[in-house]
Amino acid sequence: MATEAMEQLARREYKQGFITDIESDTVPPGLDESTIAFISQKKGEPQWMLDWRLEAYHQWLKMTSPSWAHLDYPPIDYQAISYFSAPKKPEDRPQSLDEVDPKLLETYEKLGIPLHERAALAGVAVDAVFDSVSVTTTFREKLAEAGVIFCSISEAIREYPELVRQYLGTVVPPGDNYFAALNSAVFTDGSFVYIPEGVTCPMELSTYFRINAANTGQFERTLIVCDKRAQVSYLEGCTAPQRDENQLHAAVVELVALEDAYIKYSTVQNWYPGDEDGKGGIYNFVTKRGDCRGDRSRISWTQVETGSAITWKYPSCLLRGNESKGEFYSVAVTNGRQQADTGTKMIHIGKNTSSTIVSKGIAAGKSNQSYRGLVKVSPRATGSRNFTQCDSLLIGDKCGAHTFPYQEIGNSRSTIEHEATTSKIGDDQLFYCKSRGISEEDAVSMIVNGFCKDVFQELPMEFAVEAEALLSVTLEGSVG
Amino acid sequence: MSLPETLTQRLHAAAGAEEPQWLAGKRREGAAQFEAQGFPTRREEAWKYTDMSRLSGIEFGQATDSELDQALFEALRLDIDACRLVFVDGVFSSTWSDIDHLPEGLSVAPLSQALTSDQGSVSEQFGHLTGISFSPFAALNTALSNEGAVISIGKGKAVEKPVYLLFISRNRAEPVMSHPRILVRCEPESEATVIEHYVGEQGAANLTNAVTEIDMAPASRLSHYKLQEASQSEYHVASIQVDQRRDTNFTSHNLNLGGALVRNDLISDLNDENATVDLLGLFFGQERQHIDNHTKVNHNAPRTYSNENYKGILDGRARGVFNGRVYIKRDAQQVLGYQNNANLLLSDRAEIDTKPELEIYADDVQCSHGTTTGQLDENAIFALRARGIDEQMARGLLTLAFANEVMERIRHGVLTDRVERAVAGKLPDRFNLESLVEDTSL
Repeated sequence: MATEAMEQLARREYKQGFITDIESDTVPPGLDESTIAFISQKKGEPQWMLDWRLEAYHQWLKMTSPSWAHLDYPPIDYQAISYFSAPKKPEDRPQSLDEVDPKLLETYEKLGIPLHERAALAGVAVDAVFDSVSVTTTFREKLAEAGVIFCSISEAIREYPELVRQYLGTVVPPGDNYFAALNSAVFTDGSFVYIPEGVTCPMELSTYFRINAANTGQFERTLIVCDKRAQVSYLEGCTAPQRDENQLHAAVVELVALEDAYIKYSTVQNWYPGDEDGKGGIYNFVTKRGDCRGDRSRISWTQVETGSAITWKYPSCLLRGNESKGEFYSVAVTNGRQQADTGTKMIHIGKNTSSTIVSKGIAAGKSNQSYRGLVKVSPRATGSRNFTQCDSLLIGDKCGAHTFPYQEIGNSRSTIEHEATTSKIGDDQLFYCKSRGISEEDAVSMIVNGFCKDVFQELPMEFAVEAEALLSVTLEGSVG
Repeated sequence: MSLPETLTQRLHAAAGAEEPQWLAGKRREGAAQFEAQGFPTRREEAWKYTDMSRLSGIEFGQATDSELDQALFEALRLDIDACRLVFVDGVFSSTWSDIDHLPEGLSVAPLSQALTSDQGSVSEQFGHLTGISFSPFAALNTALSNEGAVISIGKGKAVEKPVYLLFISRNRAEPVMSHPRILVRCEPESEATVIEHYVGEQGAANLTNAVTEIDMAPASRLSHYKLQEASQSEYHVASIQVDQRRDTNFTSHNLNLGGALVRNDLISDLNDENATVDLLGLFFGQERQHIDNHTKVNHNAPRTYSNENYKGILDGRARGVFNGRVYIKRDAQQVLGYQNNANLLLSDRAEIDTKPELEIYADDVQCSHGTTTGQLDENAIFALRARGIDEQMARGLLTLAFANEVMERIRHGVLTDRVERAVAGKLPDRFNLESLVEDTSL
C-alpha cells in the first residue's frame, strides 16, 4: 500500500515538473522526479521505463554513498549536477584545432592519432567528422545481415521494448548499489547489443562506431545479450584522452550470456585525470557485471584503466551456468594524484565453474591504487577453480599500492589459488637497459609493458598497440 | 543488541572501583568504550565473517574460586619444566603455580599481585599497546581485567626455562567470563620463551577474553606460543600486540585446535631497523567450530622483515577465517614481507574466508602473498595406496604432513608432541598415530 501511494505521489509531481521544462533542452541542476520524467520524456520512453527509473530513484534516496573503498574525495553534491543536456551546438564548440589546449594536442601527437581524428576527439565542430558515414553504413548492413542488433539504449527501449524489458536490470538490479541506483534513475545514453542464437558477430563492436556515440553520456547504460551459442567482442572507449565537462560518471554495464555464449568486453578508459594537484579530474564510479546464465557460457573482461581522478570499478562475473567461465584481465595505471580502487568479483554458483583473474597495477607519482576482489565459491559449486594473480609495481616513493582480496570458499572440491606481489622496477633491470643505450624513460616503459604483457595480449590487436603507447604517455615524468 | 544486565552492572562497578588513579581512569574509558560499541557484529568490516553479537545473549558470571583437583590438572597441563602460573577461569591458583625457583634475570608474577605493588612498572605497560581502541574486546578487558601475568626478562639474560601460563576453563553450572591480561617486557639483548596454554574441561562454555602486550627492547628475542585447545563449546578471544625495536626477533606460534567461537587478533609493530617477525599459525576446525585469525604486520621502519605462514584444516561444518595484513609505511624502504595462507577443506560443508591484504606506501620493497584453498592431492593418495597404505591412513598422513610445515617449527619437544597428537586425534577414527609410530620404529 505504501509503495502504491508513493508511486502515485511520484507521478503527480513529475507532471508538474515536465510541463515547465518541456520547452528547454537542458534541465537546471538538481535531481527530483521531474528531472527523471523530463529525461524519460525527451527519450520518448514508454511508461514502464519511467516507472522503473522512479523506482530506482526512490531506492537511491534511501541509500548512502559507499565509504569502504580506499579512496579520498570530497562529498559529491548531487543537486549541483545537471542530469540532461542536449549535445553542444556547433557554434559553441572550438572552431578549429588552434583553439584547443596545446597540451591535449601534444598528447594526441604522442599517441599517433591521425590528424582528422584529433579534431573529432577535441570536440571541434567539423561537418564530416571523419569518413564515418560510409564506414557506418557498411557496418550496419553487415550487422543487419547477421541479425545482430546494435544501437543506442534509448533507441532499443523504443524499438525493442520486449527484449530490453526482459533483460534490463536483471544483472545489476536498480537497487544494487548507490551509483547503480543513480544510473538507473537518470541514465541517458549507452549501447544495446543483442546477438541472436548461434550467431558469431561478424565484426568487433565498438562504441566508437556507434551512431550517436559522439556525445558519450555521463550516465551510460550498456546492455549486451548473447543468446545461445552466440559470440561477440565489444570494445568500449578509446585510448585518446577525452575531455569532459561532467565530473561525475556513473555507468552501468550488464552482460547476459546464455548457453554456450561468449562475450568478450574490452575497455580502455582514459578520462581526464585532473591537473598535477588532482583538480578537475573525472570521478568514475562504474558497476559492470556479467551473468553467465547458461551452461558453458563464458564472459571475459579486459580493462586498461589509465584515466580519471577517481576510479571505482569492479567488473564481475556471476557464474551461474555449470562449467561457465569468467575472466578478468586488468591493467591499472595511476600517476599524479589519481586514485583507483578496482578489481573484480567472481561468484561461483554453478558446478565446475572456473575463473581467472590477472590484475596488474602500476602506481607512480603521488597516486594510490588498490586491487579489491572477491572470489566466492558457493557450497553447490563443486569442482570450481580459480586462479588469481595480482601484481603491483611502484614507481617513486610517494605512491601506494594495496591489495584486498576476499575469498569465501564453501566446498571442499574446489581449488582456489591466489598470488600477489609488490615490488619496484629493479635497478639491475634499468642498468641492463641503460648500458645498452636505452634511455631511462624508454627502459621504464619497456619494463612496464613487459609487466603488463599478460593483460595486453588479451586485448584486440589494434587496442593492444594503442594501449602500449598510452602507458608510456601516462607514466611520463614519473621517472627520475 | 543491548548488553546483559549483569555485564552493564559489572562495567559500572569496575568504573567506580577503588583502585590506583591511573588504573581507575583506564577502567572508566574502557567501560565507556565497550558500552558504546557492544559486542561487534558482522556490520563491521573487521568482523565481517565472525558474528560476536550472540555473546550479548549470554549471561556470563564471574568465577571467584580457583578450585581444581589434581587429576584434572594433570590431565590438562603440559608436562614441561617451566616457570608456571595457573589460572582457573581467570582466578590465580597458587596451589598449582610454580614460580618459586625463578632463573636469574626472570621475573614472573600474577597481575593481581603486581597491581598492588606496581611491580615491574605495570602502570606504564597496562594498555599502552593494546589500548581500548584495539577492539571492543580489548576495551572490555581493560575495564574488567584483574588477573593475568606480568613477565620481565632482564637485560642480557637468555632464559632457557620457558614461562608457562596455563588457563583452565571449568565446566560450571553457569558460564563465566574472564579477562586475563599478560604483560611481557623483554629488556635489551634478552631471550625467552613464553607459552600461553588455554585448555578446558569437556563442556566448558565460558568466555575467555585475553589481552597480551609485549614490549621488546633492542636486540631482544622472544618465542611466543599460544596453544588454544579449549572445549568445543568455549568462546575464546585473544588480542596480542608486540612493539618491536631495533634488531629484535619475535616468533609467534598461534595454534588453534579447540573452541566453539574463536578470534585471535595479532599485531606486530616493527618500529625500528632490522626487526624481524615470524608468524606461524595452525588451525583445525571440526563440527561447528568457528576459528578466526586476524594478523597485522606494520612495517613502520626501513629494513624490517616479516614472514607469515598460516595453515588451516577444516572439517565438518567448521568455518575458518584468515585476514592477514601487511602494511608498509611511507619511506619504510627495503622491507621484505612474505605471507602465505594455505587451507585444506576436508568436508563439503566446511567454509574458509580468507583475505590476505597488502597496504604499501614505499617503492623499494619486496612483498608477496599467496593463498590456496583446496583438497588433498588425489595423486598423492594414490601413490600411498599403491604402496599398501589404506585410503583413510593415506588421507590422515597427508593431512598431518600439511600441518607439519607449521608444527615442525615448534622448538619444544613436549609441545610438538602434544600438538601432533591433538591433530592426529582429530583425523578419522581409523587413523592411528600410535600404531604408525610403532610401525616406523621397526
